Order: sequence, then C-alpha cells, then structure tokens
Amino acid sequence: MAVGTEYIAEQPKLSTSSMVLGAIAIAALVAAPFFFYPVLVMSILCFALFACAFNLLIGYVGLLSFGHAAFFGGAAYFTAHAAKVWGWEPLSAILLGAAGAAVMGLIMGFLAIRRQGIYFAMITLALSQMFAFICLQVPFTHGEDGIQGVPRGHLLGILDLNQPLAMYYVTLAIFLFGFFAIWRIVHSPFGNILKAIRENERRAISLGYRVNRYKLGAFVMSAALAGLAGGTKAIVFQFATLTDVAWQMSGEVILMTLLGGIGTLIGPVIGAGLVIALQKYLAASNFPVTVLIGIIFVICVLLFRRGIVGEILEFTKRKPKGAA
Amino acid sequence: MNTIFGIPTPALYGQVLIGLINGSFYAMLSLGLAVIFGLLRVINFAHGAQYMLGAFAAYLLLNWLGINYWVALVLAPLVVGAVAVVIERTMLSRLYGVDHLYGLLLTFGLALIFEGAFRHWFGAAGQPYAAPSQLTGGVNLGFMFLPIYRGWVVVASLVVCIGTWLLIEKTRLGAYLRAATENATLVQAFGVNVPLLLTLTYGLGAALAAFAGVLAAPIYQVSPLMGSNLIIIVFAVVVVGGMGSILGAIVTGYVLGVLEGLTKVFYPEASSIVIFVIMAIVLLVRPAGLFGREE
Repeated sequence: MAVGTEYIAEQPKLSTSSMVLGAIAIAALVAAPFFFYPVLVMSILCFALFACAFNLLIGYVGLLSFGHAAFFGGAAYFTAHAAKVWGWEPLSAILLGAAGAAVMGLIMGFLAIRRQGIYFAMITLALSQMFAFICLQVPFTHGEDGIQGVPRGHLLGILDLNQPLAMYYVTLAIFLFGFFAIWRIVHSPFGNILKAIRENERRAISLGYRVNRYKLGAFVMSAALAGLAGGTKAIVFQFATLTDVAWQMSGEVILMTLLGGIGTLIGPVIGAGLVIALQKYLAASNFPVTVLIGIIFVICVLLFRRGIVGEILEFTKRKPKGAA
Repeated sequence: MNTIFGIPTPALYGQVLIGLINGSFYAMLSLGLAVIFGLLRVINFAHGAQYMLGAFAAYLLLNWLGINYWVALVLAPLVVGAVAVVIERTMLSRLYGVDHLYGLLLTFGLALIFEGAFRHWFGAAGQPYAAPSQLTGGVNLGFMFLPIYRGWVVVASLVVCIGTWLLIEKTRLGAYLRAATENATLVQAFGVNVPLLLTLTYGLGAALAAFAGVLAAPIYQVSPLMGSNLIIIVFAVVVVGGMGSILGAIVTGYVLGVLEGLTKVFYPEASSIVIFVIMAIVLLVRPAGLFGREE
C-alpha cells in the first residue's frame, strides 16, 4: 500500500522551525474568533480533527476507510442523546460519544481487517451504510428529523457553553488534544510499527509482529478520535442528523485528507479548512457543491496525489538537492 | 388461503419475485464490477452513476427525441459505453501504475460529478418512465399474478449475464481477456493490444451498467440518486461473492436478492440491512468470499 508514503517527518523531536510554526498556528487559532465567525472556525476545527483521525489510518497504516462517517455521525448521535435526554454534562457526553465510536470501531475493524486494499474500503463502506440504515430505523435517532435542540450546557457544571467564546475555546482545546494525541501516536514505537506495516506488511509479519492487532488498534484509535470530533460537533451545532452518518460524509473526509496531503500531520487540517470554506462560499451561489467536490477529487487524483502540504514538502526537499 | 409459516403464499411469491428482480440488478452490476476489476484492478465507483446515466439516457431519448424503449435499450449502453471509453483513455489509464485505491477515488469523484450535475438539472425527485406497450399488463400463473415487464427484466438480465459469461469463457476475445487478467505483460508480448483491451473492458462494463439502468427505468423511477444507494449494496454483494469468478458474481447477486425479498416477508425491519449482515458473516467464516481466492 504505497498511498502517501515518504512524506512524513520521521524525527521524533520537534525541530525549531516547526515549533515556531506550531506556536504561530496556535496563536492564530486563539485569535481567530475575533476575526472570523466563531461557528465557521469551530466547524473547521471539528472537521479538521475528523480528517486527522481518518489520516491516522490512511496515512500511517495505508488503510483506506470508506466508512468513517459511521464513527463521526454515530458519536454525534450518542453525545446528543446523552446531553439532551439524559441531561449529561457536555464533556462527559462528548467522551461517551468517543467511547461509543471506539466500540463501533472495534466491531467494524474486526470485520474489515480480514481483507486488504480495495476490499477493505468496500467493507467499511458497506458496514457504515448498514449503520446508516439502522440509524434511520431505531427510535432514538428520530429518523429524518435527527436529534435537535441539544443543550450546550455548562462544562463540568461551571463554564456556560452558550457563550460563543467559551464554546470556541473548549472546541479548540479538544482539537489540540486530539491533534497532539495523533502526533504522539505517530511518533511512538507503536506508530513506527504501523508505518512498517504500511511499507511492507509481509516483512512486518516475518519480524514477528501480530499485524492484525496493530491494525485493529489503529482502527479503534482512529474511530475514537473521529468520534471525539463528531461528539464535539453535536454540542457545537446542537443537533445530530442522518447527514453525519451518510456515505457522502465519508467521501468528504477522504477529500479533505487527499486535498491537504495524505500522511502529513497538518495536511488534513488545511484540507478541512479549504473544503468547509468552499462549501460555505458555494452555499450562497447556484453551483452544485457535489459537482465541485467531485471535480476536486478528480484533479487531486490525476495531478497532485501528494496533496497541498505533501507537494510543498516534496518541493522543499528537492530544492537543496538541486543546489548541492 | 394457502399459507407457509403463517404467511399467505401470494405475498410470499410476490416478495420472492421482487427479490428476484433486485437480484437481477445486483447480478448485472456486480458482474460488470467483477469484469472491470479482474482486468483493470479498479473498483469502479462510478458504476452506480453509469447505471443512473443509462436510465436517464432512455428517459431523455424518449422525451427529447421520441426514441422508444427498444431502441434505447441498444442506444443507451452505447452512449454510456462511449463516455466510459473516453474516461478510461483520458483519466483512468494514467492511474494503472499507482496504488489501486486511486482508481477507486477517481471513479468516486466522477460519480459525484455525474450525480451532482443531474440532480442540479433534474432535481432529486424521480421521473416516471412508462414500460413499452408490448410489456404492460400481466399474466395469472395460477399461484400468483406476474406483471409481464417484471418477468421480462428477469429473463433479459439472465440472458445478458449468461451472454457475458459465454463471451468471457468461450470466445477468443474472452480468452485474451482472461489471459491478460492473469499476466498482462506476457499477453502484450504475444502481440495482443492490451491497452485497447483495457479500454474495451471498461466500456463494456459501463455499457452493462447502462443496460441495467434502462431495464430499471420503468420499475424504479428515473432519479439522479438511483445509482449511489444501489452501488453500495452491490459492493457488499461483491465482497460476499468474491471477485475471482464471473459466475460467482452472477449467482451471488440473484441469491442475495431473493434472500432480501424473503427477509421482507418474515422480518421486514431487517430487510435493508440483511445483505450487509450476510457480508459480515461471510467475512467471519470465509474472508475471501464464497467464490473468491485468497490473494
């Protein structure tokens, strides 16, 4: 599985330049709600975390999941139900959503890792479609209406999340937590074994690694983080609907990651920002969003498979070589 | 009234017939997917869109040019097949050297473009398409009432499936195709034009999908979204059958369609997920699929 290889910064320590860039990025995110509509930025943060979670699988294990909407949308339903019907505090409701997504990831992953490559993609797609049908029928999701009017509540019983800024900074904190978790996973010994599996699965097996356990572990982590994003989205937007579990959502998260750069840490964030901003912009015009998403897909696959960040990294890597 | 397991027999036969019709479409579409995958190693996500395009081609031929169902049954697959040939030449053929997943992503993007464009032009609601006058009405078989058009769909799909199977198993062209599936480089060294073979195969697969689309037009309404929901079920069918065998794809399609119909009789709540459940069970018991080989 050679999807998005060789573009990963392998160094376990942060270089000075990336530390500076990271600090600037965090400062920009802290200041963002004063310059942009907070809900738009929160939406980007939720989808960015979702795309990063998806990228953990495709970028670092080489597994293309076509069913990540099930985790994102499933967690949104769990969180919305816990917050609205059971009256849970928002953070515990979000964590419940992530835990639910992890359990779903365990079941779906257990079935899907039995096949590889293209079959893996088809199986995850089919299983998430099955989950979408279940969501359409069971009573707690309220079918076509979805769960609406989810209360934002008070974080840990103290902080009122109905204030936009409070909600924004909580969302930012959750995003940074998720992003840091992925960074840690990728640069851990566990992450190195995942990359070894991506590069050459048979060799990893011959070295004595139980490849399927690592794959399943990565699948569950990815599902839980996608669930974290979905649960947060349910609290931010105060609803959970069938849109979040539909296969189109799985397609969107693939596009965000592909556009930004598969196998790069920051690429999915940039891809998510671009796609959400485009959708927002197009919503006002008459041009069908689906067509544009399709066109971007085709252009990405044909012209720059490394994605925006991947191409930039490749360009900066090649430059010193030419000078020497 | 006769009953089996407490279900009146006419209802049972009716659902088996509906299952057989759904199964006909599963079989034709998974057959096309399997033929394309066998040679190109591409999962054609646009297969559902090509099925939808076939139905729309019939609808537009009738409403814009007054061309009837029978001509459309030939013309629509040709048009969609030609579009597919262009797609293969200009886009898909650039991706044979890279990971197969990119072929899936490209065809996914194409499916979104086709569906989005048709939804933009025609709206999400379905358009009615009348069955040809020769095939309206029905016959009483004694144990049940059979609408003629539905009987025709089952027969036509069987003929197409068996015909495709014969083409691949019994003709010289089919022999080239099977040989190229095993070892394309070697076949090319023998002087067979493999790139042309790949193009024709993709065109044939798409034409099969379009033919299924024309057959489906009078039964389901012609709608931009008719393909996308179907194609995911067909993916599950393909996982159950395994893509190693053409005959396996056909048989699995019909059997799963009938099982789905039977589920509608005995436990309707589960009818929309039964194929996915069967897929999960097959993955547990026989991961390579019922007719598949471990790769």
